[in-house]
Amino acid sequence: MAGASSQGGLKAALSLIAKRFASSLLTLLLVSVTIFVIAQLLPGDAAQEALGQSATPQQVAALRHEMGLDRPAYVRYASWLAGMVSGDPGQSMVANMPVAEVISSRLPNSLLLAALTALVAVPVALAIGIGSAMNRGGRIDRALNIATLSMVAVPEFLVATIAVLIFSVKLRWLPSIALVSDDMTWGEYLPGVAMPILTLSVVVIAQMARMTRAAVIDQMDRPYVEMAVLKGVAPVQVVLKHIMPNAIAPIVNATALSLSYLLGGAVIVETIFNYPGLASLMVNAVTSRDMPLLQACAMIFCAAYLILMLIADVTAILANPRLRAQ
Amino acid sequence: MDGHPPFSRRDLIGAGLGIGAGLLLPDGAMAVARPRVGGRIRVASLSSSTADTLDPAKGALSTDYIRHYMFYSGLTVLDRGLVARPALAERMASTDQIAWHVRLRRGVTFHDGADLTAADVVWSLLRHKNVAVGSKMAQIAEQFAQVKATGRHDLTIRLTGPNADLPTILAQSHFLILKAGTRDFRTANGTGPYLCAQFRPGVRTLARRNPNYWKPGKPYLEEIELIGIPDEVSRVNALLSGDVHLVIAVNPRSTKRVVASRGHALLETQSGLYTNLIMQQRQLPTGNPHFVAAMQYLLDRPLIKRALYRGYATIANDQPIPPFHPYYRADLPQRSLDLDKAKWHLQRAGLTGVRLPVYASPAADGSVDMASILQEYGSRVGLKLAVNRVPGDGYWSTHWMKHPLGFGNTNPRPTADLLFSLFYKSDAAWNESGWKNPRFDRLLLEARGEADQARRKQLYGEMQGLVRDHCGVGIPVFISLIDGYDRRLKGLYPVSLGGLMGYQFAEHVWWEG
Repeated sequence: MAGASSQGGLKAALSLIAKRFASSLLTLLLVSVTIFVIAQLLPGDAAQEALGQSATPQQVAALRHEMGLDRPAYVRYASWLAGMVSGDPGQSMVANMPVAEVISSRLPNSLLLAALTALVAVPVALAIGIGSAMNRGGRIDRALNIATLSMVAVPEFLVATIAVLIFSVKLRWLPSIALVSDDMTWGEYLPGVAMPILTLSVVVIAQMARMTRAAVIDQMDRPYVEMAVLKGVAPVQVVLKHIMPNAIAPIVNATALSLSYLLGGAVIVETIFNYPGLASLMVNAVTSRDMPLLQACAMIFCAAYLILMLIADVTAILANPRLRAQ
Repeated sequence: MDGHPPFSRRDLIGAGLGIGAGLLLPDGAMAVARPRVGGRIRVASLSSSTADTLDPAKGALSTDYIRHYMFYSGLTVLDRGLVARPALAERMASTDQIAWHVRLRRGVTFHDGADLTAADVVWSLLRHKNVAVGSKMAQIAEQFAQVKATGRHDLTIRLTGPNADLPTILAQSHFLILKAGTRDFRTANGTGPYLCAQFRPGVRTLARRNPNYWKPGKPYLEEIELIGIPDEVSRVNALLSGDVHLVIAVNPRSTKRVVASRGHALLETQSGLYTNLIMQQRQLPTGNPHFVAAMQYLLDRPLIKRALYRGYATIANDQPIPPFHPYYRADLPQRSLDLDKAKWHLQRAGLTGVRLPVYASPAADGSVDMASILQEYGSRVGLKLAVNRVPGDGYWSTHWMKHPLGFGNTNPRPTADLLFSLFYKSDAAWNESGWKNPRFDRLLLEARGEADQARRKQLYGEMQGLVRDHCGVGIPVFISLIDGYDRRLKGLYPVSLGGLMGYQFAEHVWWEG
């Protein structure tokens, strides 16, 4: 039976992946159109922003021609799309470098920061969530509740600034800015990113822990849990063996949402710690009206979000026998 | 100022003098301490983005100017009195301020080992006229009628009209000298004090000491890492925690924190930077001279200096030449807050009780607070100002100069001529208030070609009076620039053109740690 259902699950997952892949392409296309249209509504264009306050109309017109901005908007979009389909995200208007090159210097930084934060945050969040669910109504639960709620409520720029004041300016344990270079060892890299990881963790741990607690508690009231308890199964076993398989879907969902935030939502942390990640690159692209770079960043964030959501859904199918059988 | 012979005219000043490093050092710097070679520092400037460039012509922000002065040298260099001194040009002379003969220093090499020749200089100057380059100095370069090499180390610059300021203009970072034919700006090949070890736009610039620099003994630091920290609080924190050793643009509000730290100090640079109220002259009611006068009397300059800038500012008098400038005219009466006069002018303009919108933005430093102060005093004399706060993003292209009443922000310029030509000449593209004064325009042209310093000072003085009395701008204060530094860093002094010694600290400072 196990073999048959997992085969069915695999089939369901594969067909879901195929369907999702198609709809993801459509989503990406729509997102790119939306971003392009909205960016057109912003005042000024790349030529004006590049020349700044001190530009004359002739200079702007010349640079616009140089950048190809004097073509109609739909032509620019079509040429970008054609390039994207053939795998070339184009040339950054401001940096005068291929967009792929600009992004390849930033994307690894963002991925590394997100991965390290996830490594810290996910186990802690699960432990907090399950722990407080098991002690529902007890002192530990209430203490953890207050802690997570206040973590959700405190904005990350405050967490980051206070952390810098304590650990960098006063104690001088950690650097106040995250410096990243190619020839860095882990020993040099980790102290620099310790505080960014801490700050980001504070935000996502709280969200994930709250969701985990809710999912576990939702299952705890079910009859099968009562049955297990009455059978005399140890509380830890009840949670890990009986509750978790049923609660895993919403937990993975919440985790996926939090992780997608780590990639694109890290702007504030990247700004405060001067971390050269993708989110601040996108903000740069917006302020300098660098359309190809902006589009590429948006596509990456959107794709990352879609992939994480897909993983969450596939996990839900594989974890749920009812969905598996369908 | 008078002690310095100006670097212009027919005298061949500086011939052979630049060989001794003493002349190139600013006055007094030698006496303070003997610089030593060595040390690595990290410097944080204001911004860092994908727009970072190694092309001097495209330099737009302080980070760019600092980077360019590390890797390239110019024909001339300004000392702390803003007087042009010889640099790559050993001599620069003209009899009529139109045709300038330049003799280059010999034995100067680019970082790749090639000799500096007249061909490099000709190419570097003429590229500003090419629109495809996108030079910030395209307008100024229009006056280069002809730039021609007359020998391996000699060239002639022929201008479209006389300009006694040419040596000063050429000292700006945009006119730094490149090797002829440079197209790839992923690394720098200049004649400057540092070699480009790494350049990552938006991340960092790594500079290593150039052992073959043409100024003997200089520079002193072994390595400079230049990064940008846009967030001011983070920048000051990085300084105080010891992660960086020099930061530009400390907010007046943060000065207390830096002063309180034993290992750190502030460098205040009085500059010509100002945020000004613009009253459009081509339309009413802002074009009414009584309205302009009323607004100027409503500016509480000491309050703005104290409350907005914590004292790090110089009171201004509605004209753009700051008091420390060589051409400053001291005998103009200082305008100050006078509600009675403001009320009288407002009544004469017939505008009592009128409601007017004023546009302010974080893009023009301090303008939002200045507008609030104006609103407060305005309400006391019967003027209802509505403060429209607009976002900084896109301010210069969408709002600046597009409203009858708004704010602008002007960076220091190396010469009075540049400032007046760019912002006050009747047909200037950024004649913010749109005033027209034929006498002013005539004086401007006359002063540009005038080589006699006393006469120039007189001409620029009259122009300051004209701007103060007739132009539609209100300039309350000149904003000082504040840098923060680690006390182990020595040799810093203010140069009024910009923060960090007019962006040129790199070749002058040394480390004692």
